[in-house]
Amino acid sequence: MREFAAELATGTGDPGPYAPFPHRVISRTKETADTTTLVLAPIGGGKGARFSPGQFNMLYAFGVGEAAISMSGDPSEEGTLVHTVRAVGNVSTALSRLKPGDVVGVRGPYGKGWPVDQMRGKDVVVMAGGLGLAPLRPVIYELYSHREDYGRVEIIYGSRSPTELLYYDEIQSWRTRTDTRFQVTVDSADRNWYGDVGVVTQRVPDARFDPARTIALMCGPEIMMKLSAQALEARGIAPSDIWLSMERNMKCAIAQCGHCQFGPYFICRDGPVLPYARIRRFLAVREV
Amino acid sequence: MSSVHRSIGDRLVLERSDFPMLLEGLRSRGYVTLGPVVRDGAIVYGPISRVEDLPIGWTDRQEAGSYRLEQRHDQALFGYTVGPHSWKKYLFPAHERLWTAERSPEGFHVLPRSEREPRYAFLGVRACELAAIRIQDRVFDGAFKDPGYHQRRSEALRIAVQCTQAGNTCFCASMGTGPRVDADHDLALTEILTGSAHYFLVDVGSERGAELATDLPLRPATEADVRAVDDLLEKTSASMGRTMNAVGLRDLLLGRPEHSRWTEVGKRCLTCTNCTLACPTCFCSTTEEVPDLDADRVERWRRWDSCFTLGFTHQGRASVRTSASSRYRQWLTHKLASWHDQFGTSGCVGCGRCITWCPVGIDITEEVAALRKEEPVAVPAGGAR
Repeated sequence: MREFAAELATGTGDPGPYAPFPHRVISRTKETADTTTLVLAPIGGGKGARFSPGQFNMLYAFGVGEAAISMSGDPSEEGTLVHTVRAVGNVSTALSRLKPGDVVGVRGPYGKGWPVDQMRGKDVVVMAGGLGLAPLRPVIYELYSHREDYGRVEIIYGSRSPTELLYYDEIQSWRTRTDTRFQVTVDSADRNWYGDVGVVTQRVPDARFDPARTIALMCGPEIMMKLSAQALEARGIAPSDIWLSMERNMKCAIAQCGHCQFGPYFICRDGPVLPYARIRRFLAVREV
Repeated sequence: MSSVHRSIGDRLVLERSDFPMLLEGLRSRGYVTLGPVVRDGAIVYGPISRVEDLPIGWTDRQEAGSYRLEQRHDQALFGYTVGPHSWKKYLFPAHERLWTAERSPEGFHVLPRSEREPRYAFLGVRACELAAIRIQDRVFDGAFKDPGYHQRRSEALRIAVQCTQAGNTCFCASMGTGPRVDADHDLALTEILTGSAHYFLVDVGSERGAELATDLPLRPATEADVRAVDDLLEKTSASMGRTMNAVGLRDLLLGRPEHSRWTEVGKRCLTCTNCTLACPTCFCSTTEEVPDLDADRVERWRRWDSCFTLGFTHQGRASVRTSASSRYRQWLTHKLASWHDQFGTSGCVGCGRCITWCPVGIDITEEVAALRKEEPVAVPAGGAR
């Protein structure tokens, strides 16, 4: 994809940085009632662009439009892209309806991801709320596949209900690992649910980590992240070691449309992953 | 006309009677000349084919929420300041096709860009507007190059005009962007009218400007001419209708998101978007998908958007900035504070358009002055709400 882009840029008809590159839908998994995971491969083969965990792509549904969607695949796997889409607007609904064989446009990857280099050798706390697990999944792959590079790993995943859990089978297999604690909690459940009921912040007090050498990663609704960051800070983790993946309306992904600003930051360029220390003052204000 | 070699830095004089030759020089070089014209009771930018297309003998009287054209007592070609338009409408058009794609057996493919960009000559670019173009360059011609902007911008010839009078809503002197034109011009003109004399001092600012000057009937400027220009610019500087203290504004505004003035201005602001449309640096845009009827061919269009609209921050099922005060705060804080973080410069050039064209006369300089005032009770920073 990048080679293709370079070739176009030197040609006369360069369609510019907004042009999507066609990809084929290889497979489609329905995660929940409104959430679907797509596996994509560039048309014409090739390895596809490499990405860092936490980055995102602009996905394009032909004739409908574009949406910013996080990378959710294993960053070490070449040749395919994995995206989990919740049908909310017209674009995400069109993307959710794609079937194997269909074509989708991709441009990216964009943004700054999780601080993987800073995490090595340290304890890692991962907190996910709802669809917020999707952008964290690449870093969870990284943690499990290079488990010896990290200290203690605590993963806390909260969802509204058991039926809204993403990557269900994968989580089951991850939870069999004895070198990592993967906790799942839901807001409410019927009596068939044997797991925890509650919110992710309740799991913070007994999470095992050394606050002085811990990196925390989180993604979810803003209020969940705000409260989670406060809970982790109360346990002694420095705000500069707490990283949030932020979301805002996004049109261009290249810091030209102005939509995704959060304080002085373009979420597309300076984020989506930003340290709590830099954004807490803006999280504290309404309607930023 | 025998051609004479001209160089960057030359200071020359063009008589008003020879001004048509400048337009002819632009035409013969294939430029589409654009400049100020009177339309719908305002001085806007449009095509110029003859000197008479310029607003000869007109001036503008501007105040917060008010703009009126008036007759001058002379026949000045550039005897006014800036109107509702800026050059951004040519470099960053309000509506522009980004790309076209067609359905194909492989799904779809994006067609090579076929747009032929015109070669513009901008006539009458003011110092604040050159500053505004420099600011938009950082947005569209930085890490990601917008091909249309890049091509139009690098081709566009800029014939600047130094302001010999300031408007009531002008404050370029405060922002350090004018009235003197000192960079990015191909030629800079200063119109001088004294008694029966009517001429232009011409500063050559680039090779292209020098080339254009070769076949113009110019004489070297005298010391008296140069002094006349300096006096005029000094007078303009001293007569700005507004001032803004821009020192330390970045930290000040980012540090006062809870200032009561935001609520107060939010009660007056209509969120009409006029300020962002008139602003020569505002760059926000949205994209639109335009399929043909059977959706075999689609076009992706970009159009100006504004942080004052409710839909601007729509996300999921709701918008982030629902109140007028939060949108005004975003606009002002972005323009004067976070622009520094993003692009290494203020986003304000002191042109005053947002003041003049605000239907309720909200004055950015007045708002900044109010925001500078300490609140009696400090709001705890960083506290949860």
